[in-house]
Amino acid sequence: MQAVAEDYIRVRRLSKSFGDVVALRDIDMAIEQGSFVSIVGPSGCGKSTLLRIVAGLLDYEQGSVALDGQAIQGTRRDVGFVFQSSILLPWRTILENVMLPAEVLGLDMKKARERAMQLLHLVRLDGFESKLPRQLSGGMQQRASIARALLHDPKILLMDEPFGALDALTRERMNLELQRIWAESGKTVLLITHSIPEAIFLGDTVLVMTPRPGSIERSIRVDLPRPRTMHAMATPEFGRIADEIRDLFAHTGSFD
Amino acid sequence: MAATLSASEAMPAPPLDATAKTRRPLRLGTKTWSLLLLVVVLLGWEVGVRLFHVPRFLIPPVSDIAVALWRGLAASPFAKDSLWYHTAITLTEILLGFFVGSAIGLAIGVVVSQMPRLEAILEPYVSALQSLPKVAVAPVIVVWLGFGIGSKVAIICLLTFFPVLVTSIAGFKAVDPDRVDLLRSLSATRWQIFRKAKFPSALPYIFAGLNMAAAFAVVGAIVGEFVGAQAGLGVLIQQMEAQMDTGGSFSVFIVLSVIGIVLTAALRRIQRRVLHWMPQDPAEQRAINV
Repeated sequence: MQAVAEDYIRVRRLSKSFGDVVALRDIDMAIEQGSFVSIVGPSGCGKSTLLRIVAGLLDYEQGSVALDGQAIQGTRRDVGFVFQSSILLPWRTILENVMLPAEVLGLDMKKARERAMQLLHLVRLDGFESKLPRQLSGGMQQRASIARALLHDPKILLMDEPFGALDALTRERMNLELQRIWAESGKTVLLITHSIPEAIFLGDTVLVMTPRPGSIERSIRVDLPRPRTMHAMATPEFGRIADEIRDLFAHTGSFD
Repeated sequence: MAATLSASEAMPAPPLDATAKTRRPLRLGTKTWSLLLLVVVLLGWEVGVRLFHVPRFLIPPVSDIAVALWRGLAASPFAKDSLWYHTAITLTEILLGFFVGSAIGLAIGVVVSQMPRLEAILEPYVSALQSLPKVAVAPVIVVWLGFGIGSKVAIICLLTFFPVLVTSIAGFKAVDPDRVDLLRSLSATRWQIFRKAKFPSALPYIFAGLNMAAAFAVVGAIVGEFVGAQAGLGVLIQQMEAQMDTGGSFSVFIVLSVIGIVLTAALRRIQRRVLHWMPQDPAEQRAINV
């Protein structure tokens, strides 16, 4: 059991190209069950491609990707995906949007409804269930999309720069909320971001990716106590890790 | 005139402030102004025609049109000279042609958009056929299908088919690929992706096509009846013009306008219900991704 938990998501020597462009080369990573792993890297380093492969949305040519010991072949029911934008369907109410996975997966609608209400409470959207997406702010829309990704109780939550479109203040709040949601739900989370502070603040582990071709340069363990507050960002440990990541990007010429 | 004025005097909630009342003694709504304009135009028309002795077969006085309209509407609905009889025939053609034509256009649009390859193959033919003025084909269709209602329905089908086909293809093409990915990430089937993401996303486009089709349907019915028919409002216009009864023709124009207005209003009602989630304000509409 312990061995499986250690290698909950296992990627070995994964490579992916689009035509002549090598997007990913020799990616290796192992993610422990229940942990929060951030992948940070500049734009174009292939981090979204990696996440889409793990989600089964993209196929790959070389290497292996396994979830819970099973090789990935297409999308899976036990994965929740949060996209860069909320992608709420504008003709559905917030509740109907959150319940979309239940409809698609053919779950018991009565139970799904109860769960959706609980999740809306978890993401602090009580009272907004019958509103349309356009009546909500960007941060609220993204919280609704997190609730949607959790509806079918996936074991794994994959997040592709979910807060990239939000302003800095909302983003900080969303980071705190996400930490709380993760702690309460016990999911394994893989978060893609191009924000170094966000990656460190949320992650148990930060995987640093560099571009051309996309590869994982380093895996850094973040030993900050939980639950973390925004003050964690002012600690020497936080600063040390941030410096280490910035140095890595500078040395590999990622800022060109 | 007197009726309009008294209506404006009876407008609700007159300002209590005496100074405001004297400054703006007559505040009429836009609708009242529109109505007033109509009354003025009709009066000017009547007076002008009579004053300058314009021949009735060129421009009939308003009173002639009113009499013709009354006579047409007062006649038994089953009499061949009643407006009801011909309106019923033309309306049947319009509704049948509109529903069948747009249904075929939508169905082909759906099928084609699911097969990008087929779409690419058909694309040049669709645009070639689109540039053909469909009414030019009307005489041929009458030769094929005869003077009955069928040939008119076919002409309307031809006219309504294209706008719905073209807009639905455009609508399915414009679907945000993220919405498809969202459904895919949930292991949705092709049919689920279509039903839950693609079709609702394309609906605003499809409605644009349906609105065009509704206008074309009326045109198609009249053109078809001009070319060859036994009954219908187009036939009535031709019969009346043959007798130099221009007043009668104008009364038919009024009926045609009413049909157009009712069709458009009905369609707009349906559209507002189906697309209830879209903001009514066009400025806000641009901001939201449909």
